[in-house]
Amino acid sequence: MEGPGALPSIVELCGRLWAGGVTAKLDQARGICRIQCPPDLLPQLCEWLGSELSYTFATLLVEERSQKGWLLIYAFYGDAAPPWVHVAVELEAPSKTVPSISGLAHGPAADWHEREAEDLFGLIFEGHPRLGEFILHEDWPEGVNPMRQGFDASRPHQEREVDPDWDPATVVASSGAFAMPIGPVYADFGESAQFRLETVGEDVIRTIPRFFYKYRGVEKIAEGQTVDRVLLLAERFSGTAAFAHALGFCQAVETISGITVSARAQALRVIFAELERLRHHAATITGICNSTALAIATSQAAVIEEELLRLSCEVARHRYFFGIAQPGGVTCDLPDGARRHLDKKLGTLVQRLHELHDMLRYSSSFLDRLEEVGIVTKENAVTYGLVGPIARASGVPRDMRRLKPYAAYDAVNFAIPIELDCDGYARLRVFFAEAEQSSSIIRQLLSKLPEGPISVAPPAYRAGAAMAAIEAPSGAACHWLRLAENGTVARYHVTPPSFANWHGFHLAAENFAFQDFPIILASFGLSNAECDR
Amino acid sequence: MANWVLKGLRTGIKTTVYPRRMDEAPGVSPGRPGGVNLDSSTDAAALLERCPTGALKQQDRAVVIDQGRCVHCFRCHPEAGAPAAPWERGYEWGFRAEEARLAQQSLARAFGRSLHIRFVDAGACGACMSEARQLNNPYYNMHRLGFFMTPTPRNADVLLVAGPVSDAMRLPLRKTYDALPAPKRVVAIGACAIDGGVFGPSFAAAGGVGGIIPVDVAIPGCPPPPLAILHGLLLVVHRKPPSARLSHPPSTASAS
Repeated sequence: MEGPGALPSIVELCGRLWAGGVTAKLDQARGICRIQCPPDLLPQLCEWLGSELSYTFATLLVEERSQKGWLLIYAFYGDAAPPWVHVAVELEAPSKTVPSISGLAHGPAADWHEREAEDLFGLIFEGHPRLGEFILHEDWPEGVNPMRQGFDASRPHQEREVDPDWDPATVVASSGAFAMPIGPVYADFGESAQFRLETVGEDVIRTIPRFFYKYRGVEKIAEGQTVDRVLLLAERFSGTAAFAHALGFCQAVETISGITVSARAQALRVIFAELERLRHHAATITGICNSTALAIATSQAAVIEEELLRLSCEVARHRYFFGIAQPGGVTCDLPDGARRHLDKKLGTLVQRLHELHDMLRYSSSFLDRLEEVGIVTKENAVTYGLVGPIARASGVPRDMRRLKPYAAYDAVNFAIPIELDCDGYARLRVFFAEAEQSSSIIRQLLSKLPEGPISVAPPAYRAGAAMAAIEAPSGAACHWLRLAENGTVARYHVTPPSFANWHGFHLAAENFAFQDFPIILASFGLSNAECDR
Repeated sequence: MANWVLKGLRTGIKTTVYPRRMDEAPGVSPGRPGGVNLDSSTDAAALLERCPTGALKQQDRAVVIDQGRCVHCFRCHPEAGAPAAPWERGYEWGFRAEEARLAQQSLARAFGRSLHIRFVDAGACGACMSEARQLNNPYYNMHRLGFFMTPTPRNADVLLVAGPVSDAMRLPLRKTYDALPAPKRVVAIGACAIDGGVFGPSFAAAGGVGGIIPVDVAIPGCPPPPLAILHGLLLVVHRKPPSARLSHPPSTASAS
């Protein structure tokens, strides 16, 4: 990748390549290049951003402008300067058609985003290879798009037969081939999602996943609500990454309203976010051990996980950090005693994680189950725009904490662990290494926590729009928010990391033995609640 | 493998003392607000204003908590400023949703020592499921109490449900319930499963399990900690007494 400075600026390039057709403006403060683009030039421009400048597609934001038409913002991020590129496309009413970018070389990342917009808004993405039922399953009436303005979100849409049998097209045609359904209800504790494994007996040829069983319409029910109320939704749509998403929402509110957060609150936010990441990764490690039926390792990891939950509750009142983040700061301070306790306890827990990793590393029966299982190549990870630990285990060093440091991340030293083996074991190693980094970040901040207030009181909200990108435990999350004049939420769009990574799950779940399925699933460590919203 | 066995032995016993005694270890529960008598009805109204889910009810200068609606937002917590609700420790929160039905066919004698459980995620955020999952960890180890997860609904006695019941989960939930042989019990865990929590009812969620299948025991909390879920299961087999849905201020506690 070229460093900043090595190239003419993206604004100049846009001017040279599409003189007059495309206008670009740099927003230095927010690190965004905003490009206005007519619909017909969109595919060219996106292809150029991906192939020439190595930008990765992050999210598609759709806003309906009453009477006037539509505003679509395609957000890209990358290592070039600036870190973000927002391509805005305006559709004049009554047009609802825009060319699809999913078929481009770097397009697959946009695939699900376009399908979501088609399903929820009724937009048409010309040339998209497969549109149709996605978030709303077959039983949802055709032509009713719940994210449209004027749709009544407050009560059940209509009494209807729920969820007829799902029968996706299969491709394996050999004799004896069948599709084995798994889910949406599981034998143990599993989140609702269904997988059809196309198999000829022992070997699974490919996996057809079906998600969005848990779609709760969070973005729709947020509309028209106050910031304080939507904070609850942002925090609780994915309970195992609650603090990260609450923080994303708060940062979007703060950017819009010009609220400055104190240094102490910024440091506390990083401490809580990293403690959550540590707990999340410990839970994922427990899941991986459990999937291989290594009972003692599972118990060992589960003990560490439970102790992290208790530690969170001791220092931040709640085992999952509910009610801690708020616009303007945090609601919970860390007094001296709590800091010492946290520091000491983290030391022993990380030591125990380390010991567990050492023992797993030399358990050949365990490694046999993980090595060369569930491979996502680096090339696939890039084109599918995978994020977080999954991408990093395939050699893609994306991290929002580095891309544009927020809160107090520019005040701490940390490494972004990378593995190149692309398999389940690589992912396990990344989870272990990141857990260690999280602990190191927390301990750095505990020793130099700035003095000052933990929150500004009471924040005044302004109208406007902003996007906040944070690194949730499973990867990059984008929170796009528009506040109306009266301080209520006009549009809220979350792009969670699980959405990006579930999209790439089928890449790992191809040509494997039946008994490896739970292991591949566990090594992704994803949340359906987070993906489905 | 020997080193794993040694490792396990060296770790020692972690199991909680609950239900023999109350487990007071720090961090096992986030606690919850309790009912309170405030100085004036103005104070009570001010406290009510801070509750985003309508869990707080005002009776003149008293504030009663509907625990089924409380989502642990801590906005009425003493650290959020006065007036505040006093914070209760503990976790024995489960209450009976349908007193009459339980009395009809007692599950206690037949199932008191061995209960098989099936879990359905009906659109939960993941925290309730995570807490339920902890029941299998060495700290809570529900097997010692005769509680087991079962891989098929045909063997299950209890259906553990979390989440507000998203649209697409209505049918799987109903089918799972129908597949359980009678007598069966449904335990709703968490504010979402009881009343829709912060999500429902809406176009995409039903606003609680009760609207789809009959609920016997409800475990409030957001999420209820593992010990609260354990209490709820013990409540199903009459090995623990129930709590009440409403928390009254101390002086009017007899009214509940």
